Amino acid sequence: MDLKDLYRDVIVDHNRHPRNFRPMPNADRHAEGFNPLCGDRLTLFVKLDGERIADVSFQGSGCAISVASASLLTESVKGCTVAEAGQLFTRMHELLTRDDASADTATLGKLAALSGVRGFPARVKCASLCWHTLDAALHREAVPVSTE
Amino acid sequence: MSVAPASAAPAPARRQSLDVETLRRDFPVLARQVNGKPLCYLDNAASSQRPRAVIDTISRYYENSHANVHRGVHRLSQEATDLFEGARETLRRFVNARSTREVVFVRGTTEAINLVAQSHARPRLQPGDEILISWLEHHANIVPWQMVCEQTGAVLRVIPITRSGEVDFEAFLGLLTGRTRLLALAHVSNALGTVVPVGRFIREARRRGIPVLLDGAQAVPHLPVDVQALDCDFYCFSGHKMCGPTGIGVLYGRESLLAAMPPWQGGGDMILAVSFERTVYNELPWKFEAGTPHIAGAIGLGAAVDYLEALGMDRIAAAEHDLLDYATARLAQIPGLAVVGTAPEKAAVVSFTVEGVHPHDLGTILDHEGVAIRTGHHCAMPVMEFYGVPATARASFAFYNTRAEVDRLVAALHVALEVLA
Repeated sequence: MDLKDLYRDVIVDHNRHPRNFRPMPNADRHAEGFNPLCGDRLTLFVKLDGERIADVSFQGSGCAISVASASLLTESVKGCTVAEAGQLFTRMHELLTRDDASADTATLGKLAALSGVRGFPARVKCASLCWHTLDAALHREAVPVSTE
Repeated sequence: MSVAPASAAPAPARRQSLDVETLRRDFPVLARQVNGKPLCYLDNAASSQRPRAVIDTISRYYENSHANVHRGVHRLSQEATDLFEGARETLRRFVNARSTREVVFVRGTTEAINLVAQSHARPRLQPGDEILISWLEHHANIVPWQMVCEQTGAVLRVIPITRSGEVDFEAFLGLLTGRTRLLALAHVSNALGTVVPVGRFIREARRRGIPVLLDGAQAVPHLPVDVQALDCDFYCFSGHKMCGPTGIGVLYGRESLLAAMPPWQGGGDMILAVSFERTVYNELPWKFEAGTPHIAGAIGLGAAVDYLEALGMDRIAAAEHDLLDYATARLAQIPGLAVVGTAPEKAAVVSFTVEGVHPHDLGTILDHEGVAIRTGHHCAMPVMEFYGVPATARASFAFYNTRAEVDRLVAALHVALEVLA
């Protein structure tokens, strides 16, 4: 497994310059995620327009994988319905954990850049933290999400 | 047959420095590859590796002598008991306890501290009494005290540390009160490597009649430890950080205190006689060893002590100090790297951060280069909070590491900078 499979240019770029990295004072939903293994902490904010995610942003600190993954998430789910975001969550989970994940990564867009994480099992939680946190923001009570 | 005069005998080898290249061959794992590169194992503060002598001792025990201890009159039980109790004597000598009654086998440092918290502290503590620890502590020397405080209404007090990672002695003096019932201190910080000058802390506490527990998990593998010279009341350490097995460790306790403590767990081996009306507990140290102990672990730990003593703890300390100095100087040349914890006296631990690169990414990239370090909070989250970092990268050295491995760490860090910064 080559390091560049994990740290692809897209990921390095999103880590250096995370998109939608800002607080959202008027958010309808927010949730906190915590990965005790490496100390990743992030807060995800969502502004809803009916069933549609009108805006999404995040704050926090973490490793390159967790920051880039959260940044890519915000770009991907903005404009999605809650149901569509849920489907993306499922597909990302497969992409990160299943060796036999369908090769149909083209429709995932930039999110496909995270497929290399699969080869580094210790880092899967870093990439999935933001997705679990989004899921909590959209569906669950306001308790911090932990990957442990 | 002629006998050479003693003066012509070669000088004892003990004063020479360690022959690291040769002794590395004692450690089978050091020959393996990781990601196609020779393993460069710099995570010794988390757990050290095992020499063949320890592995073989354990195998030999299982192949030849295993039976339960302290029970049978048959040959194997006697052999197992002799080996097990022989290991206790080895451990006694290693830390210079007065007698084997003061050497209790436990699962590790964590269990030793919990034993003292529950068996020594809990029955004595009154609401408002105080337990004193430092900001440097591993979670294992924080949480057991929080638990006993919850159970008794006692209060946990924390001695602050300085920017360099030293326990603040003046602040400590100010925190000693008429209600202080116990001082529990790390001998060496796992997260930063600080060697705490415990002698002066112990003197002040003992002068006031306050018992002192030392968490020696990081000290015993790297420095000669003499519990009588330290004059501490409890000293706790783990086998797996000193080339011994996992799941075995030692609680040293001053006999008068251990004798006054109720048992920690009940069961077989810790009793002399049991009836439904009354049970007579066993003598020290077995009073605290309920159930079949980790016999192979204790015997393996004894073999680890033999191995370390043959090398010489003073020579081990010198070799590791050389690595610490070299690593500290080499790492200082890396742009954006900041060492966390700069106490004047340190064990061979370098905790650091690199600007623009999260420790967890460093860990992955270094692993890719075959270099194993620890990244994270090192079970010392208050220390991380003190420095305002979520995590650090930590390289921790053992006597079997080399300067060439420090160079590999540095080269791997440059790879990380290329990839991410």
